[in-house]
Amino acid sequence: MKGKWLITVLIPLVLLIGVLGWVLKNGAGVEKDPAAPIEVLNIERIKVTKIGFELFVSNTGPKPLTISQVMVNDSVWNFNVAPQAKLERFDEGKVTISYPWVEGDPHTIKLITENGIITEGEVAAATLTPETTWSNFLNYGLIGFYVGIVPITLGLLWYPFMKRFSRKSINGILALTVGLLLFLFVGTLADGFEIGAEAPSVFQGNMVVIIAASLTFLLLIGFDQYQQRKQEKKGYSPFGLALLMATGIGLHNFGEGLAIGSSFALGEAALGTFLIIGFTLHNITEGIGIAAPLLKTTPRFRDFLLLGVIAGAPAIVGTWVGGFIFSPIWGALFLGIGAGAILQVIYVITKMLIEDHRKHNEESVSWLNLSGFAIGLLIMYFTAFFVKF
Amino acid sequence: MSEEKKVSRRDILKMGTAGAFGIAGSYYLNKMTQIPTVAQASNDSSHKKGNHSNHANMSDKTITTGYKMAERLLTEFDYGKVTKLPNGQTLREYEVVAIDKEIEIAKGIKFPGWTYNGTIPGPTFRCTEGDLLRFNFINEGSHPHSIHFHGIHPPEMDGLTSIYPGQRFTYEFEAKPYGLQIYHCHVLPLARHIHKGLYGNFIIDPKKPREPALELNMVMNGYDLDLDGENEFYTVNGYAFAFMNHPIKIKKDQLVRIYLSNLTEFDLLNSFHLHANYFTYYPTGRNDNPSQFTDTIMQCQGERGIIEVRFPYKGIYMFHAHVSEFAELGWMGFFEVE
Ligand SMILES: [Cu+2]
Repeated sequence: MKGKWLITVLIPLVLLIGVLGWVLKNGAGVEKDPAAPIEVLNIERIKVTKIGFELFVSNTGPKPLTISQVMVNDSVWNFNVAPQAKLERFDEGKVTISYPWVEGDPHTIKLITENGIITEGEVAAATLTPETTWSNFLNYGLIGFYVGIVPITLGLLWYPFMKRFSRKSINGILALTVGLLLFLFVGTLADGFEIGAEAPSVFQGNMVVIIAASLTFLLLIGFDQYQQRKQEKKGYSPFGLALLMATGIGLHNFGEGLAIGSSFALGEAALGTFLIIGFTLHNITEGIGIAAPLLKTTPRFRDFLLLGVIAGAPAIVGTWVGGFIFSPIWGALFLGIGAGAILQVIYVITKMLIEDHRKHNEESVSWLNLSGFAIGLLIMYFTAFFVKF
Repeated sequence: MSEEKKVSRRDILKMGTAGAFGIAGSYYLNKMTQIPTVAQASNDSSHKKGNHSNHANMSDKTITTGYKMAERLLTEFDYGKVTKLPNGQTLREYEVVAIDKEIEIAKGIKFPGWTYNGTIPGPTFRCTEGDLLRFNFINEGSHPHSIHFHGIHPPEMDGLTSIYPGQRFTYEFEAKPYGLQIYHCHVLPLARHIHKGLYGNFIIDPKKPREPALELNMVMNGYDLDLDGENEFYTVNGYAFAFMNHPIKIKKDQLVRIYLSNLTEFDLLNSFHLHANYFTYYPTGRNDNPSQFTDTIMQCQGERGIIEVRFPYKGIYMFHAHVSEFAELGWMGFFEVE
């Protein structure tokens, strides 16, 4: 009996392997050779050094390729590829070009393969790429601190003021938080898609964002349900909710750090400075959001500190990653996780709001809540003006 | 407000301190940060210490297939199979085969070319004014092609009719007028057929021979690799930096005659500039045309002429397109005078 069961599993499997083997051996029956050579060379990162440029490249095409010529700003230039000019599939290499670049000028670098396929890389405004030194590490960390922890802590400072609010007003503030978070969710997702699109196409950056976001969302919800059943608790403790928000916002701030760090790494220092100012202003509101669930409780000072660090410190890490080891595919993954985490927070707060109003026989979409939600969205919309160009 | 116990005043102060600390930190950040916000390093001598001695870039002495082709085309002239007709006229018969062939156009770069007899540019046909010419053209390529010769001949020999793959055709006409002519494919789409490599020089010598000289053939051209209507490489005789890495050897005071033509597609003009010397330029290779004594000339697409020059000093003389962009993309070389 058991043998029969096994056979019914095995028969389709063996047949499938047979079919695949046949196709692999004989081709699909259409055309065998591609009309043009398919070569996909990716420039993952361009480092501007004192001597010239260093390009980190990878071959993500189906076949090996050879880098034969390099042009910088429409001029054929000498170059060196380590370990060698021929890259097997998924091989990585470093192209070193000695070139007298000009501070602040754009530089276009073309890598030409043996088959004449051109891959173009751009240095938007040449400036020395920050080296991974202790002092740079410290400076980047300070920027992250400035953008992440400082504004969120400042936002948390409004806690005593908010503390005077009534239950309905507190719910209004929570609705405002949902507005803030919705904006952050969409923004984080869009940033993820933007960065994901820059990743080599085999990695399907956009799908990475979607997979990371949906899995994070579902995993967090699943984890919550498991926790609740285990502890036989109903709903979240206010601090638990604030912690949840801080985590979601933290992942989002990682993305902000990434943006700042990479803009400095790419030589766009002016943009980086502007991003710092913009994000700092923007993030004050995040502090308000995190404080909102705590209004019914008596938090201790260290609770605030913890929340500020959880929500803000990822900005520091993001700045480091962006400045020193940025790669689009990792950026896409982290921003996807951030978006999923924010979505879960939206879900939890909304559910909590609805349940609270139902308990008191009120409509959950009250004028107060609606205004709160709208104000939340609008605050984010207008403060985001500082970081959009 | 059900909760009675509020956050203590002391706690608020502590939080305020954290915030103030942050603000103070951010203030100092601006002063301490090493990240440049203003342009600076352009006159930094550090990156000039790299390997940037003049034209040290693009140096490669390897004798590649592409270089061999360019070198061969520099001095090889195809006089055809010569016989005498009963009336005493010289008959020259040439074999011309259109072949699809991958050409090395710069070190390590393969270009899927369409060629006459397997090179880009094609062979340099040569004859004397008044000869009867017979070009036996066989199309072994994948597309219809033709040969359109410049010069004076009956319109039915003008190469406007497509010769299909596998077909052949014989162009027959008398060589006139003397001078430097060119030939190229004239099948539509024209730019694509020419750019792919179907062109070359065609010299009709005057009946009274020119003064003996070291004769060089140079065809200026370009290659558009990504088909965006812009060339990635510019060359003479089809190979980037050919004569820069292998200078053309010349004797001091020797007369040098260069048959120069422009068959660059996608750019209106190309040019020839010689360093540290002057030359005489005969447009279209005619002695009776107003000539120029200069160091720079330019040619429109299809224009050609003869350059005659002697070098009074020994040493290395550079020549290149005076469009710097073309020069840096491959159209640059040296004469080495001994
Ligand atoms: Cu043709």
